[in-house]
Amino acid sequence: MPDYLVVILAGVIAGVSSRIVLLRIDYRQYPGYPHGYLAHLSLGFVSSALGAVAIPAILKPDYTAVTFLALAAQQFREIRTMERRTLESLERTELVKRGLDYIEGIARTFEARNYLVMGTAFVTSLAAQFGGLAAAVFTALVALIFSHYFMSGDVIGNICDISPARLYFKGPILMVDEISIMNVGLESMRTKILKDGLAVKIRPIDGNARATIHDVGQRKAIAFTAAVILGTKKDVDIPEFTPMARKNPDTGDVGLYILPVEKDMEQLIAAVKLTPVLESARSKPLKAGPVIKAARKEGGLN
Amino acid sequence: MNQNSESIQAVVTVNMDKVSGGAPIFFARNEDELISISIKLSKILDSTVHELENGTYIVVRHE
Repeated sequence: MPDYLVVILAGVIAGVSSRIVLLRIDYRQYPGYPHGYLAHLSLGFVSSALGAVAIPAILKPDYTAVTFLALAAQQFREIRTMERRTLESLERTELVKRGLDYIEGIARTFEARNYLVMGTAFVTSLAAQFGGLAAAVFTALVALIFSHYFMSGDVIGNICDISPARLYFKGPILMVDEISIMNVGLESMRTKILKDGLAVKIRPIDGNARATIHDVGQRKAIAFTAAVILGTKKDVDIPEFTPMARKNPDTGDVGLYILPVEKDMEQLIAAVKLTPVLESARSKPLKAGPVIKAARKEGGLN
Repeated sequence: MNQNSESIQAVVTVNMDKVSGGAPIFFARNEDELISISIKLSKILDSTVHELENGTYIVVRHE
């Protein structure tokens, strides 16, 4: 039987390295470097230590020691609150808003990642205990790959077709194909928008996708991602240039308008495709089929 | 998207008989003055100018 210290160390190392892999500054410009990194690495260390000591504690046997895992869950909820607060206070000065749904999604991700780290540390220490170090290394790698794959959720590109759209004015109303976006009063602004603006049409592939991009928070997230990647000409005194996504109430198609710094249609389409599907927006009404059928039968409607 | 937060900051018009009420109203003599006042107001108030198509512009702050 290997020394408990080795078991715990193996778990902690696996946990921390999985946290490092999952932690990266991406296009959302989050978390900040170096202090955001440090905070998350420390918490990752704590959670991997918690996961790693569980097996030795059970074998000791010290069953009550395992109850601290419950304490850990409480701790990680704090992380979510911390993330939410940080992002919400940043949101106030953000020119193009993330939207509360996106913030909630990010906060939840940070919480969940700590559970993943804890899980990685747990299975690695389990393997180290019963299979030796080679097994531990193998398990850690599998866990790393799994958590990497598992935590990268769905993106808009998988559920919608995105195509370039025409930007024009119908009177004072800015239009993206048949979708009206907003009223622009000044002629100078209209000329500028027509000259530098870009627009795409986001067409959901099925009912589930339609329900997802019907969500206002999801559309805000799309506009935010596009603005981060292409830049935006918006400033405090030119609110007309705010990127906006509005839907066609009849078809559920969404038109996105943006005034990018770089006028590059391909990049805009790529940015929209890259936007994560928010957990709070995802819904699967098509899956409700059997339930509804049963309910109709019960009600004698069928 | 910016729910419950739009507010009319000012009304600019050439048709004095078409407007009245709560928001500050600016009367312009002609179309040129209408546009020039609107642009200035939008810059001062960080707001968007919207056209109502009767010689009246409103300056609205979103969010």
